[in-house]
Amino acid sequence: MRGEGSVARAEAHRQRSGAAANFIEVGGVSKVYSARDGNSTLAVENVTLDIRSGEFVSLVGQSGCGKSTLLSIIAGLIEPTQGQIRIDGQVVTRPYTNIGIVFQSDLLLDWRSVLGNVLFQFEMRGEDPRPFEKRARSLVASVGLDGFEKKHPFELSGGMRQRVSLCRALVHDPPLLLMDEPFGALDALTREQLQVDLQRIWQQSRKTVVFVTHSIAEAVFLSDRVVVMTPRPGRIREVLAIDLPRPRDLDVRESQAFNQYVRRVSRLFQEMGVIR
Amino acid sequence: MTRQKARDYLLSTISILLVLAVWEAGVRLFRLPIHLVPSPALVLAATIEHWPSLLSQSVWTIMAMLAGFLTAIVVAIPLAMLIVVSPVLERLIYPPMVATQSIPKIALAPLFIVWFGFGMTPKVAVAFLIAFFPVVVDTIVGLRSIDPAMIQLARSMGAPPHRIFLKLRFPNALPSVFGGLKVASALAVVGTLTGEFIGSDRGLGYLLLQATGMLQTPLLFATLVTLSLLAMAFFFLVEGVERLLIPWHVSQRHQR
Repeated sequence: MRGEGSVARAEAHRQRSGAAANFIEVGGVSKVYSARDGNSTLAVENVTLDIRSGEFVSLVGQSGCGKSTLLSIIAGLIEPTQGQIRIDGQVVTRPYTNIGIVFQSDLLLDWRSVLGNVLFQFEMRGEDPRPFEKRARSLVASVGLDGFEKKHPFELSGGMRQRVSLCRALVHDPPLLLMDEPFGALDALTREQLQVDLQRIWQQSRKTVVFVTHSIAEAVFLSDRVVVMTPRPGRIREVLAIDLPRPRDLDVRESQAFNQYVRRVSRLFQEMGVIR
Repeated sequence: MTRQKARDYLLSTISILLVLAVWEAGVRLFRLPIHLVPSPALVLAATIEHWPSLLSQSVWTIMAMLAGFLTAIVVAIPLAMLIVVSPVLERLIYPPMVATQSIPKIALAPLFIVWFGFGMTPKVAVAFLIAFFPVVVDTIVGLRSIDPAMIQLARSMGAPPHRIFLKLRFPNALPSVFGGLKVASALAVVGTLTGEFIGSDRGLGYLLLQATGMLQTPLLFATLVTLSLLAMAFFFLVEGVERLLIPWHVSQRHQR
């Protein structure tokens, strides 16, 4: 059983590495996109970043600053033009599969139920999904979708759909979760609820999360560290450690410390001319 | 929901009865001669009178039509897959395919008679040629319509290309494929009839020509009615299969 194996491996990894070890090493990564007309665009420039195991790191930047590209490079879905990614000590040369990914679009399959969409994770891996059904059900229930297991995506709201998408990314219990503006398309209230839910899930499972967003408040609220990126080409402008006690509830956003972090990031964007 | 449905059926029935009433009234009012426009009552009478021959001729038409339609599916869908999977094959297959489509299929019917004689084969061939194109085009559109991020997600799950194709691309394309099949179902009828017009001693197309030749206009109308019923039944059959295979899409379509 590969499924049980990967879970066991993840567990072993957690014990081996502890909280302090670097889980992801982004080493001098650059990405140049060459267009057919001969023009080339430098999307990401010389990014070096270490992410510890169990850490929640956000990449914040303007639209088009290459933060999504960087995420795809970490996932092994895009090859960097320069530099390399190491995850768990291994150089990433092809799509890294011990991973869960959530995109801005929920990417649910219209023809499958909620449960079927979550279990799709195993089918794509060529594993028998049946042994994982119980886990999938409890995961679905844990994000408040109890009783919706048999529903189809078109019967759900945007927030519910994104929850299903999150369950699909977690059901095989990967040590690493990559999220690319996952709440960007949701209304403000749903967005806040999902931020709270995500924090709770992260605290329980202690996965390493790399989270891309253009919302400063969202990044500060969720993260251990916020990586502020420059406009294209995307470079790291500054990395801010967010020292706010956990678990954070939504009230933390009223606190002085929280707002100082937000102002600092905001000021960085002003200095870069992103906010005028 | 069911009340809404009952009301819909009632309205459709009323609208058909209304057309028949206007028809009957028009024929009486303007005293139209039978050989031009027979009244609905006369058409019904002709239908009943010629029922055995209408039925036996329909069998030929249906067989040719189904054969052409099914061949179109069997050839078109794999061809569309090849075109989507390989850019080289696309370059190889697409130009001759589009070139054949630019020839009016009706113009090819006489050639098929020369090649295949007066039997069923030339009808099947015309039906196939005319039904084939929309299935290829719509299947290609469907297979290409998948969100690239979905493919990325599948790759991050370690899925090999064949699994991505089978479990993602193909089901995702089905609504579009059925769009093509519905168009093809109507075109297969046209193709079969064309074949029967050009040279045949059987089928509804043959019956239509016979009735015209003998100025039996009520029979002509009866044949037309039979043809339209047949085409409708065929269309709804395809839609029924669609409902069966992709209920998720059908229910979604009706909701929006």
